[in-house]
Amino acid sequence: MTVALSADAARGAPQARPGRRFNSAWLGVVPFFLFATLFMILPVGVLLAGSFEDPVSGAPTIQNYIDLTEPTIVEAYGTSIEISLVTAVVGGLFGFLLAYAVILGGLPRILRALLMTFSGVASNFAGVPLALAFTFTLGFQGLITKFLADSLGINLYGKGIGFSLYTKLGLEIVYLYFQFPLMVLIMAPAIDGLKREWREASENLGASPREYWQHVALPILTPTLLGTMILLFGNSFGAQATAYQLTSGSIPLVTLLISNQISGDVFHNIGLGYAMAMGMVVIMAVAIGIYARLQRTSERWLRS
Amino acid sequence: MSGPSVGVRAPGALEAIEASARARPPRRLGVGKIGSWIIFLAGVIYFILPLVTTIAFSLRLQPFGQAYANVINKDPKFASSLIYSGFIGILTIVISTLLIVPTAYWVRLRLPRVRPYVEFVTLLPFVIPPVILVFALLRAFSGGPVPLTTSDEGLNVMVVAAYVILSFPYMYRAIDSGLRAIDIRTLTEAAQSMGAGWGRILWAVILPNLRVALISGAFLTLAIVIGEYTIASFLVRPAFGPYLSLLGHDRAFEPAAVSIISFGLTWMAMGIIALLGRGSRQSVQVAGAR
Repeated sequence: MTVALSADAARGAPQARPGRRFNSAWLGVVPFFLFATLFMILPVGVLLAGSFEDPVSGAPTIQNYIDLTEPTIVEAYGTSIEISLVTAVVGGLFGFLLAYAVILGGLPRILRALLMTFSGVASNFAGVPLALAFTFTLGFQGLITKFLADSLGINLYGKGIGFSLYTKLGLEIVYLYFQFPLMVLIMAPAIDGLKREWREASENLGASPREYWQHVALPILTPTLLGTMILLFGNSFGAQATAYQLTSGSIPLVTLLISNQISGDVFHNIGLGYAMAMGMVVIMAVAIGIYARLQRTSERWLRS
Repeated sequence: MSGPSVGVRAPGALEAIEASARARPPRRLGVGKIGSWIIFLAGVIYFILPLVTTIAFSLRLQPFGQAYANVINKDPKFASSLIYSGFIGILTIVISTLLIVPTAYWVRLRLPRVRPYVEFVTLLPFVIPPVILVFALLRAFSGGPVPLTTSDEGLNVMVVAAYVILSFPYMYRAIDSGLRAIDIRTLTEAAQSMGAGWGRILWAVILPNLRVALISGAFLTLAIVIGEYTIASFLVRPAFGPYLSLLGHDRAFEPAAVSIISFGLTWMAMGIIALLGRGSRQSVQVAGAR
């Protein structure tokens, strides 16, 4: 999100024309801020205000936040965070290795173009169709499930293996489908950004390839690597449609609990719903904040 | 989520790298060529398998292609939901463009100090996932001075507004990097000296120069809006996402067919973006949580 903030901004604004009032320049950005305020900032403000109110009497309270410690809600936050962490780390590492393999691993160049295009599509192939695709593949009646059972006698859903697509593990496998392509898309330009001079300089100083990676390349890539993993964390933490379609809400996730609050069919306590939403916004804000900070650090090195 | 920018580099850099790669084998991180192939093939299998099985599943209904025929010919909701989502998508793109282009242009030209605030606002949709945005919108507009939830028109306004907000991050990114590639200062001064007003400058000078950026931002927005489920379903819109979701619960083979069609649409949108981006300063963009 922070591409090239500085180059042109540093040049500064031209001198205001004589006779033009200073304030009129601001008019150009008013519609944008007005729209964002009306349809995003104010509505979220309503949630924020509501989270500090008693849903019945409207009196100020922090009871809604105290209620967040209910076991079901703690469990939901735990599950959401766990799934997001696992898919961020696994997706991040595999995505990095994949990007590394096609760029520096000596594979034909055409594969790289192929992977990049496919990653662009796959990272956007999320939600309902993705959940359905995996149901047809590894679901109870999925073709791979059936193939393994009929031809190889391996019963995925049997007692021995006990696999199920409709569990945490299943959800993680599905989420990875949009997680690691995103990693590939972000890491590829970063790996490209490693300058030849750095490698040559290390070689001239007698560094082995291993030492070059350990002391030069990886430290430069680390902010991007970490930042993108945090981005992946947020990406799966906020996901709702995929999980809902796959499990119909049987796995407790924060997004699914909030969905229940919106439709009001499980435990109708709207104040608690507000507090859950705010808890989520806080976690996302921390994640995106760290991501933006790390992006800025990595840009210092990898500006192309 | 946030769009990385891909392929933005100085002309000739690629060739230089290629030449150097030919001259000397590149250094590797202990992972040999075989390791690279294994990783690549593992990725390919994981990518391809769900698609192949979904295609196979969709073709199981006899006679050949019957599942596709069923949805396309016999299910009026397929076409109507696709048209609805497409229409909402176009509306979203138009409004988003009208809001973002003047803002990004003005920030670059006159108000560089406002840039952090604009960037902050365009980053917010990542902090506020769709499920919370729709929750907030429902709460804010279900009563009070502007009740929008009581009529179809109101709900349509809300769904478009929500999608415009969702489109902010990548529309802004696309347009801002498009503006970076052209010299807006000189173009603006040239247009001004010929007597053009601000509206004319934006419409006749800036917009045409942003064609590639706009089209790629637009197709990404379209791909996202057409597949979107969370917001559309809570606002009870007859959109494509909720339609596919319901179909997935009700039928066996038809959802596979519609999933493949949906994947094809995403592929088409991304393909157009990739095609346009060739040889120009262009970024590949990705969307947020779903």
